[in-house]
Amino acid sequence: MSVAPAEVQRPETDQDAVLDSPWVTIVWNDPVNLMSYVTYVFRTVFGYAKPKAEKLMLDVHHKGRAVVSSGAREAMERDAETLHGYGLWATVSHDS
Amino acid sequence: MTEAGQEPWPEADPESDLAGFRAAAGGATARFAAGEAAIIRSLVSQVAELVGGEAALADPAGADTGGADTGGADTGGGDQAAADALAAQLGLTDDSELPSDPILARLLPDAYSDDPQASGEFRRYTELSLRSGKVAAAQTVLATLPARGGRVRLAEPDAQAWLRALNDVRLSLGVILNVTDDSEDQLAGLPADDPRAAYVGVYQWLAALQDSLIDALS
Repeated sequence: MSVAPAEVQRPETDQDAVLDSPWVTIVWNDPVNLMSYVTYVFRTVFGYAKPKAEKLMLDVHHKGRAVVSSGAREAMERDAETLHGYGLWATVSHDS
Repeated sequence: MTEAGQEPWPEADPESDLAGFRAAAGGATARFAAGEAAIIRSLVSQVAELVGGEAALADPAGADTGGADTGGADTGGGDQAAADALAAQLGLTDDSELPSDPILARLLPDAYSDDPQASGEFRRYTELSLRSGKVAAAQTVLATLPARGGRVRLAEPDAQAWLRALNDVRLSLGVILNVTDDSEDQLAGLPADDPRAAYVGVYQWLAALQDSLIDALS
């Protein structure tokens, strides 16, 4: 058996991050933010193409929440902080 | 979420662009009547003061500060002041609980929905920079929107600051108006003597203005 390292290594790639560090950033629906603005924020913050940004926005709108990014916990906290800067209601959680 | 209606400013001034922002080389442009500029400046300033404290908002357009009224209440305890200064430098705050003011709670939300301790830790390390980012966006609006109104030309970074500042104002008004997913009809039907009625028009106008700025940047 291997022993877990004292400090979690930063994942090499986004793909590894998704596989190794199942932390996610969630955006919650709210009644004030404009749909156009939420789409704009997803494109600006994550660099998502418009179709992906719009799909995520609609997921938030219709399902009440959507996972907008996943990876290491520290990266998810940075994403949440950035989204709070834009006024989106974002939380971090452990994907389970 | 919601969509912006086609809401011209109720007492539209012929000097303003009813369509709000439109695309311009490298950014966006709009013309504001004096009354519109005054409303935006006032609301943006109020939100910035709430988020950053009055000291955080040095109005570049030179709002009258009323002279030397800066005697702080807590000038004792030099050690504490030094510790606070250091903490501020490191971006740490004492605040680790959700702000009690409902507007602040919306603008500075918890980062963990079910873990108060993790939320508190996150807040300790991020709240100061989150607050100063919001104040900086407000300052960009105040610096680029003439108090007497007129044409505003925004390069993309300033336009983004406008979007964030307008959004913070809308979130704040949303708390005051208790906006919910299906409160639109109720808000539209507020009696004229309801103190919230005055905010409704502004809230809808700002939505249309924000939407036009997003369009202009897209």
